[in-house]
Amino acid sequence: MRMLTAALAIASGLIVLLGYFYPDQLESVRLVLVDWAIIIAGVAVLVGIFNLVAVQMERIRTRQKGSSYGALLVLSLIVTFGFGLILGPDHSYMRLAVNAIVVPVEASLMAILAVTLLYASIRLLRRRVDATSIVFLAVAILFLVLIMPTPFGPVPGDRALIDFLGIFSRGGARGLLIGIALGTLLTGIRVLMGVDRPYGGN
Amino acid sequence: MFALGILLLAAILFAALTLWRRRSPAAFRVIDAYERLNRSVGLAVENGTRLHVSLGRGALLTARGGSALAALAMLRRLAERTSVSDRPPVVTAGDASLAILSQDTLQSGYRAAGAEDQYRFSTGRLTGLTPFSYAAGAVPMIHDENVTANIIIGDLGAESALLVEAADRQNTSLIAASDNLAAQSVFYAAAQDPLVGEELFAAGAYVGAGASHGASLNVQDILRWLIILAILIGAGLKILGAPI
Repeated sequence: MRMLTAALAIASGLIVLLGYFYPDQLESVRLVLVDWAIIIAGVAVLVGIFNLVAVQMERIRTRQKGSSYGALLVLSLIVTFGFGLILGPDHSYMRLAVNAIVVPVEASLMAILAVTLLYASIRLLRRRVDATSIVFLAVAILFLVLIMPTPFGPVPGDRALIDFLGIFSRGGARGLLIGIALGTLLTGIRVLMGVDRPYGGN
Repeated sequence: MFALGILLLAAILFAALTLWRRRSPAAFRVIDAYERLNRSVGLAVENGTRLHVSLGRGALLTARGGSALAALAMLRRLAERTSVSDRPPVVTAGDASLAILSQDTLQSGYRAAGAEDQYRFSTGRLTGLTPFSYAAGAVPMIHDENVTANIIIGDLGAESALLVEAADRQNTSLIAASDNLAAQSVFYAAAQDPLVGEELFAAGAYVGAGASHGASLNVQDILRWLIILAILIGAGLKILGAPI
């Protein structure tokens, strides 16, 4: 059975990949397979939510630390899901739930994130004092100063300095992205050749 | 057709080097983060504490899935190595299909180690579907699950700073890598031994996932040199005024 699963996964992956190179012959098959994958991904969200509820229910049952938050999460999920099914996602009450609860909570986390990042930058030199850390911090501060609005207008020569520093940062970013692209390519090849089987094979 | 040629070249090199690496294992340069990862895994098993593996939000239907697949390969090996532990590693993901695959991978790891009965489906968890809900769901794992080592590998954004901060507050070991440049900046500023760029994809090779992972690194090196050569030739031709 596992061999069949692996064979199907590898064949599907190869067809989708070759569909990009031979669109005339394989485009229709590729689109069908991608559509199936999208449907499966949609169902996976439901399975994932079931997993989330099951984990929280387990925490509540065994009275673990923070299980009251878990109970609140499950209750909120059931209520929101129920109302979503009855009223539809475009109903004004459903939009209100998003705008009045989800958006403010995420905005609060964003604010915490800004403070966390600032704190991490301050601690960087305490954690690791070397030339690259100093350059990293100096350039980050310089960029912030150059792009921030001031009451006196832009910093003189800001555009030229941003362009100049951008040469190095863009070059570095492209280098990193090329490395990541190569890593992704080889990871894909390992999966297509059946060496890595994240879908449950040995 | 050029892209297909590159792909075939990479596949052929990969197959040849995998066969070669089976007979002659590769010696890798020392990467501090992976040294600490291997040490932390051993310590967690000995102390009866947990590993927390955060796989990020790399949806497999997008180009971001590569880092998720690399993280799953590492997870598989970690599951095998920690199968004797009293407390199995807990895995969090911000994408539903990735969470399901993490459960499959954990189960495969335990099966390979002959300890399938140790597997619990609740150790692979979906904690949220948006960046912040994912981070908000994963942070309590770091605080409440007796975790001594956090491995954050995958596609994350700036929200990863919340995970790093939680790990730091708990004074736990942290190994962090991402394919996302924003997350890499966060890790560089906040993690002890950050992994930069393609070092993420070396995870499998450094945790002993097999000859194929070592061969992958060799092929990446060969292709990187070819790209450098192509850039230099292109720049030279441009300077000489060739129409490219």
